Amino acid sequence: MSKQQANWSPYDNNGGSCVAIAGRDYCVIAADTRMSTGYSILTRDYSKISKLADKAVLASSGFQADIKALQKHLAARHLIYQHQHNKQMSCPAMAQLLSNTLYYKRFFPYYAFNVLGGLDNEGKGCVFTYDAVGSYERVGYSAQGSGSTLIMPFLDNQLKTPSPLLLPAQDAVTPLSELEAVDLVKTVFVSATERDIYTGDKVEIVILNAEGLRREFMDLRKD
Amino acid sequence: MSLSKMPLVDANHAPDASSCTLDSQRTLYPYVTGTSVVAFKYKDGILMAADMGGSYGSTLRYKTVERVKPIGKHSLLGASGEISDFQEILRYLDELILYDNMWDDGNSLGPKEVHNYLTRVMYNRRNKFNPLWNSLVLGGVKNGQKYLGMVSMIGVNFEDNHVATGFGNHLARPILRDEWNENMSFEDGVKLLEKCMRVLLYRDRSAVNKLQIAKITEEGATIYPPYSLKTFWGLEAYKNPTAGAEGSW
Repeated sequence: MSKQQANWSPYDNNGGSCVAIAGRDYCVIAADTRMSTGYSILTRDYSKISKLADKAVLASSGFQADIKALQKHLAARHLIYQHQHNKQMSCPAMAQLLSNTLYYKRFFPYYAFNVLGGLDNEGKGCVFTYDAVGSYERVGYSAQGSGSTLIMPFLDNQLKTPSPLLLPAQDAVTPLSELEAVDLVKTVFVSATERDIYTGDKVEIVILNAEGLRREFMDLRKD
Repeated sequence: MSLSKMPLVDANHAPDASSCTLDSQRTLYPYVTGTSVVAFKYKDGILMAADMGGSYGSTLRYKTVERVKPIGKHSLLGASGEISDFQEILRYLDELILYDNMWDDGNSLGPKEVHNYLTRVMYNRRNKFNPLWNSLVLGGVKNGQKYLGMVSMIGVNFEDNHVATGFGNHLARPILRDEWNENMSFEDGVKLLEKCMRVLLYRDRSAVNKLQIAKITEEGATIYPPYSLKTFWGLEAYKNPTAGAEGSW
């Protein structure tokens, strides 16, 4: 019998876009809820956002099975951390842990594109952006996933962050108010949904600030 | 080692490092396969349907393959893809349920737990580059909670109100999105399932007209005996198919 399938691959791209924006005293983390494979939609209501700690929220797109394994691993590591230190992990600590976890599988990577958002120890918004093998950087805002090529330049244009090459280093947080940031996130998702077939159905927005965590949903195009 | 001198090796146990490089193989394509499974929630639980064909490539090799099975007390499992791998999974689950029963603590695994188990098995096998070549649908009811989920051969998994594997995702789910609702009766549910299965029968070449419908409710699983759908092939366009190709042979 001749082979019917193309060579088997352990990876799939289930699509989706993730965005995070850091402000002076808040952080907004968002991702759409569509999960696809090829030209098919698997489900219109799958959350890509995982709350790792009180002040660290992860949004990931890429290969769903790897992402789920990654989230479970981080949740287990965070539980151990709580037992050992009797406190929640900070967002920068979680950022380093995520980087190490990704790099540990450097030669059979987690196919996951992550944005980690949260509040640092001063209560300032922080965003960490990653590649699949663990390179990471603290930034003021970021986009990852299938719609990132559409979203990132739009955020660059709207947020006009100070260059990271400036000396002395400038603060990277955005000057927007929390409500303006949430509105901007909604706008970028509506725009990305117009052109990216892997983004759509619904956007889930998580807002972290001194009061705690808030969740919002907004419908997107379903086509 | 030259290709012609390659010894026949068990796919799962490469004997030594030298032949384990490029030319050793694992299950990289399926032999006997089953096509779509369709399932959705309804008023009292979950309804599921699958036809009974087992294809060997494009040959219809088996015609009485049961692809929907009850698992434990609260779950129903449907499978498309490699039939032998599905039967292996059933053996894993039999053992899982047996060991769970041996606790004899009045507690039993629900659909959520079984689905999670399958998720880990499928993902673990893909990590070993030795996949179980199936798309699995797991439905069930426990403590009044309906549950319906799917797992693919590389471990991609999710829950939804209605799911379908393979061609079903293309042909049945659009129908379900239009016509499904959570509170439909058993009778309406069966009608909707039959509508989906009929479309699949007409358009999916590996589908056969012998199917099983199964339901699971708080009372337990019922798998109905196989039956056929009424079809109509007498359309004008189907008659005299060689009319436009006169003299070819």
